[in-house]
This record gives sequence, C-alpha cells and structure tokens, in this order.
Amino acid sequence: MAVTAVAGRRAPRRSSRSRKPFSWTDPSVYFIALLLIATMLAPVVYIILGGFRTNAEITTDPAGLPTTWQTQNYLDVLTGSTFWQQVFNSTIVALATTAGVVTLGLMTSFIIARYRFWGRGAMYALFAAGLMFPLTVAITPLYILVKNLGLMNTLPGVILPQIGFGIPLTIIILVPFVRAIPDEIQEAASIDGCSRLGFFWRMVLPLAMPGVITVAILTFIQSWNGYLLPLFILNREETFTLPLGVQAFASEYSVDTAKVLAFTSLSMIPALVFFSLFQRRIVGGLTGAVKG
Amino acid sequence: MSETQHESVRLAPDPSPGLTKVGGDTPVVSPPARRRRRKGIGWPARLEIALMTGPTLIVFLSFVILPVAMAAYYGFFSWQGYGPAEDFVGFRNYLLIFEDSTFIDALRHNGIIVVLSLLLQGPAAILLALLLNRQMWGQTLIRVLVFIPYVIAEVVVGTGWSLMLHGEGVVNAVLEKIGLGWLQNDWLSDPKIAMWTLMGILTWKYIGFAVILFLAGLQGIPEELTEAAAIDGASYWQIQRRITLPLLGPTIRIWAFLSMIGALQLFDLVYIIWGQYVAATAGTSTMATYMVANGRNAGEYGYGNAVAVVLFFISLFAALLYQRFILRRDTEGAITGGRR
Repeated sequence: MAVTAVAGRRAPRRSSRSRKPFSWTDPSVYFIALLLIATMLAPVVYIILGGFRTNAEITTDPAGLPTTWQTQNYLDVLTGSTFWQQVFNSTIVALATTAGVVTLGLMTSFIIARYRFWGRGAMYALFAAGLMFPLTVAITPLYILVKNLGLMNTLPGVILPQIGFGIPLTIIILVPFVRAIPDEIQEAASIDGCSRLGFFWRMVLPLAMPGVITVAILTFIQSWNGYLLPLFILNREETFTLPLGVQAFASEYSVDTAKVLAFTSLSMIPALVFFSLFQRRIVGGLTGAVKG
Repeated sequence: MSETQHESVRLAPDPSPGLTKVGGDTPVVSPPARRRRRKGIGWPARLEIALMTGPTLIVFLSFVILPVAMAAYYGFFSWQGYGPAEDFVGFRNYLLIFEDSTFIDALRHNGIIVVLSLLLQGPAAILLALLLNRQMWGQTLIRVLVFIPYVIAEVVVGTGWSLMLHGEGVVNAVLEKIGLGWLQNDWLSDPKIAMWTLMGILTWKYIGFAVILFLAGLQGIPEELTEAAAIDGASYWQIQRRITLPLLGPTIRIWAFLSMIGALQLFDLVYIIWGQYVAATAGTSTMATYMVANGRNAGEYGYGNAVAVVLFFISLFAALLYQRFILRRDTEGAITGGRR
C-alpha cells in the first residue's frame, strides 16, 4: 500500500492506467469477492442440484450433493406439455410487452425531447407521475377494468396493462437519450432533405439504441417475472405464465420436492440466458439514465 | 408509412380528452425552427405529435390513470365486485382500515422494511460497488453473478427459499453440519425471526440492482479527481470518503428513492413465501398483502380499493417528502413539477 502511494506521488507518468492506490493482487479482495459470489449463487445452485436428486435423498440429507444424478425429474418436466405451454405464454407476453413499451415509449420520448408545443411539460410530468402509480395500487380496479373489457384469462389482458405501467420508466430513461442528440445533426439532416419523421428513423432510433436496449431488457425481465398481474387476470391453467405455473406446480407436487426444484430451475433459465447476453448493455444504459 | 396509417386508425375513434388537449390547438415549433421559421410549423407537426403520442397516452390513461381513479371512486362503496356499486358508505372503509390492528401491523412492517432495506443494502452495496469497480481478474463475471438474484423471478426465489428455510430444510441442515446447530431456527414461522429472514431474502434478491446502479454511477466519476487526490497523498479510503461518495450522491439518492417505494409496495415475496394468513401471524405482512387478502380474496372490492388508496397516499407522501428534502437538487421537477 505504502509503496504504491509513494510511486503515485513521485511518478504520475505511467499511472493513468492504474488508478487504484493499493495493490490489486491483494488476496483479501478476491476472498471477499468469492464469498460474495458463493452467497449469491448458493441458493441457485441448490435449486438446480436438488432437481438432480431423489426425494428420499433430499429428506435424509438436505445439504448433500446428488449421489446418483437423476435426470428423471428434469425429463418429466421437459416432456410434459404444461411447462412448454407456460414458456410459450410467458414468451408471448414478454415479447409483446417489450415491443409495445419500446415502440410507444421511444415515439413519445422523441416528441417530448424534440418538439416544442403547449402542454409538453405537462405531458412529461404526467408520465413521470406514473412512476408513483405502481401496479400494486391499481391492481384491484385494473382487474375489474380487464374483466369489463372481456380480457379475463387472455394474454392481452396482461400485456396491455404491463405496457401502460412500463411506459413511465421508459420515457424517463429515453428522453435524455433523445435530447442528447445534438441539434446540429437534426439541422444537417434537415438540410439534406430529411423530414422530421425521417430523422426519427434514421438518426434517433440508432443513436438512442443503448437506451432502447436497456429499457427493452428491463421490460422483458420484469414481464417475464411478473406475478401480481397474471395472478389476478389469468385463472385458467392453459393461460398461466411461468411464475403462476411454478407456484401451481409447487402446490400440486408439494410432496415431490425434487420435481418442484427441477421445474423451478428450468423456469429461471430463459431470464438468466437473456440477461447474460445483454448484461453489458444494462450497465451502459443505466449510466446514461442515471446521469440524465 | 404503413405504421403511421395503422396508428391513425387506432387513434381516430378515441375521444380521449388528454389527446385533443395535447395534440389539438397547439402551436408547434421544432427546435431548429426557433432560429428560422420553416415549413414544419403547423398541421404536419401537429399530426406527428398526435400520431406519436396518441397511442401512448391512450394506453397510459386507460390502464394506469383510469384504474387509480376507479380505486378512488370504489373506495367509497361497499361493493362485492359485480353489478354497479350502489352501497355508498362514505369514509367508513377508511375508518375501518385504520381501526384494524392487522393493517396497522402491516403498515409498521412496511416501515421496518423501508428502514432496514436502506440500512442493510445501502452500505453493503456501496462497498461491493467500490470493490467491483476496480480492475481485477474475472470482473465481468463477478458483476454478472452479483446481478443474478435480481434477474430471477420472485416466484422462483420465494419457492426456492421457502424450501430451503423450512424446519427440515437445507439451511438448518448446513448449520448442523458445520457445528452451528444452536443457530437452527424456525426461520419462516417464528415471529421473532421471520422479519429478519425476509430482510435477508430481500437483501439477497435486490442488492444486485443497487450494485449495478452504483457501478454505473462510479463510471461517471472522472478518474482525474481520484488521481489528483492520490498524488496529493490521500489514502484509498480518504479518496472514497471525500471524493467518490459525494460524487456518487445523486445515484445513491435515486437508489434510496426506488428502494423506499419498492419496500412500501412489497407484495410478491411475502405472498409467495408466507401466504396471506401466515404473513400476518409471522409478522411479515405488508400493506399490499393485506390489500389482496382483505380485498379480492375476501370478495370486498370496495374495501380493497380503499386500502389501495391508502397505500397510494402513503407512498405519495413518502415520495413527496423525499423529493422535497433530499432529491430536490438531483431531479428538479421530474416527479412533481413540469420544468423539463
């Protein structure tokens, strides 16, 4: 520690790379990091490994490793139709919600960030105030509304409210992105004969992409994991999304712990894969959003 | 082009007042046009505004604002959810809510969760973000792994943890194995411990989000500042204390705000792990689980809506206080006013 501090004081020439004033080979840092990872992962690993065990094993020795790797639990889930039906429902809901939120949110952010008109500030404030209306508060009347619209037990009955509730955060994140595009670019595009809508397609869309991707990922994951709204809207088994399915499965097979664990671990795979693919974008997009 | 037409079809039959107010009689000037008037002023631009904000406003007003307004309306009725609400009871629902000790308990639990979330997750997440912000081997991987619990569905987390924490679950078994048998507990149903169990699970689940936010904030701090301080002889912890933390302030305050609102609205994990009945006896019930248990599940929709209104005003009050005293300099007008 002292060594680097002295080196830093004396020779700033090569130190632009290494801003940390103490040595990063320090084993304690790695120890803490390892401990952290273990804490974060242990439950997940337990769920996945538990799916490979038998119920007898889990009962007699809850903390053990699988002695013989049972694939039967996973195969049972994967060959049954329930799981795939729920994966399908969740995928439809998450994709439609994401598409809706991104399309509507970006168009509106473009207008709010780039047009001057009476009521613009009020519109932004209205959407920002939407952050104060979480789904939990609106769920009971929302259920009545969806019932009156005849959308009970249908996927649009979940998708439309999810889009509505996804819009505020989207606009809060995207408006700074669109606003940050320099006026000069718009002027140049305009001189080259590009209409405002053309500018939207050719310049705003690509330039706001980091924000759009962040919003899309957050929306997708939130929708994929959504519980409260499907709980109220979807009562028939064939319309269940995965979270409802996991809970129904867990109560139906409450004695078959291993199978429940297998079902649970399979249901978290898609969100995990999706997230690992895009994690860099999430960090990058949030940087812009927090600063904006 | 086809999309525009499609939008106008959806737009046409809607009589939404918000739409006409915004898109209707308003003079429009695009930013570059301020310097020199262009052909874009007038109807084409108005049409663009109407087409591009109309659908958003329709969805937002009908599925967010309207339900909240409905909640306020039905909260004044004793109503079982079918037929028109006719049994007007004035403020009786609200009186009942505040006379119900179960609700007061739930409110108190929410308060505890808000405070403990900030106290447990905040400092831990800041330390972790500082740790992960430096170049080290496997940095990217660690960041991904820290975020994993946040990405996993509440239902999965709830199901998994309740299997692990029950009497003969893996947590007690591990404690036995490593010789800490005296630490074994009835983690979920003992009212003395259940709240701490919940806090543990919440921290595990949501700390990743805080860490990612803080990491994003840390990346916005110019390296020159820490370098300059290091050259002046500041120690690592002095730098973090005097430079990094103050500059991370806005991010921390935004996180605290989100965390507070989330804690006030908490529903999923409690409902999944404890269910509506056990949550009350184990001391983990929240306003939201109370609302679902005594509203929809009891068939008393009027009462449920009144609870929703109370929940809303408590959140709003907390948010406004926070905005007024803490968040003001960061997000001027973002939540209450329209200065943007």
